[in-house]
Amino acid sequence: MKEWPLWEVFIRSRNGLDHKHVGSLHAADWEMAIENARDVYTRRNEGVSIWVVESKYIHASDPEEQDSMFESARDKVYRHPTFYDIPDEVGHM
Amino acid sequence: MLRFPDEEIHSDMNQPASPSLFQFVLYMADNCLVLGHRLGEWCGHGPVLEQDIAMTNISLDLIGQARLYYQYAAELEGKGRTEDDLAYLRSEREYTNALLVELPNGDFAHTIARQFLFDAWHLPFLKTMLSSPDPGLADIAGKAVKEVTYHLKWSREWVLRLGDGTEESQLRMQVALDEAWMYRLELLMPAPFEQWLIDAGVIAGPDEIREEWERTITDTIREATLVLPEDPAVQTGGKTGIHTEHLGHMLADLQYMQRAYPGLEW
Repeated sequence: MKEWPLWEVFIRSRNGLDHKHVGSLHAADWEMAIENARDVYTRRNEGVSIWVVESKYIHASDPEEQDSMFESARDKVYRHPTFYDIPDEVGHM
Repeated sequence: MLRFPDEEIHSDMNQPASPSLFQFVLYMADNCLVLGHRLGEWCGHGPVLEQDIAMTNISLDLIGQARLYYQYAAELEGKGRTEDDLAYLRSEREYTNALLVELPNGDFAHTIARQFLFDAWHLPFLKTMLSSPDPGLADIAGKAVKEVTYHLKWSREWVLRLGDGTEESQLRMQVALDEAWMYRLELLMPAPFEQWLIDAGVIAGPDEIREEWERTITDTIREATLVLPEDPAVQTGGKTGIHTEHLGHMLADLQYMQRAYPGLEW
């Protein structure tokens, strides 16, 4: 069973929220992956919906390129809407 | 609690108010506890981590159901015994679970065959229990039916995967099915306490579930490219306390602490 591929698991904890990555597991196909995810990651009432995707289909940014990818955004504070006074009535934004 | 016309007959102090109902509730409890314990024996030994957890999840579902039945049985009996007394202080001859559930785990295929043949009966039976006129039974069925729907989905898919898998897995699944086969019918053969409740309209008779039970089993075996076992032999006895040699060993394990240290608490 070592050849079972790895799957990434995403759980939506409540309706209206996003699916969040919770971990990974091994399974022979997507159906088994969903059942395994149900057993491994929702035992304590964590979810109402499960997505699985085979890990090999996830493409990641290169950690080596972190500086060129992300550094340039760090000094552009004006991209955050922090220069406005928000009336109290608006509440949480 | 329902009142039964035969209460007169059993009105002496040593008998519960409704002996058949009490016996039936204990029978259901014993089925769930024994199978739950067997699955628990896989804890830490599953073929893969994910299935280890799947089996212990099912184990905990069944032990949870067993607790509901034992609590109800204790209440029906009304003699001050608790769920723990019923689980830990009855001998194998007093256990009335069907033989199927006490069979040893064997290899993974044996565990799957046992689980599948049990679930194929358990789910349709619980569905009929939802509309039992006895509110205690209907309540337990309401909770259990969701869990057992998943159990059957799980065990059925594993029969399919192993049966329609590799040459090795198919052979093992077939052997396991052949070996468990003669134990499946006991679940559909009413013991006297069940017959009494069937006649009283409290639980469904085997004819009400036989079609769904048979279809689940034959369709799954066919889809799994396995051969329907033809062995006509039928093993019974569990419901009257006559067990295989395996139950006593299991109970020795399950009951050890309470037997060695009576009244021990966490």
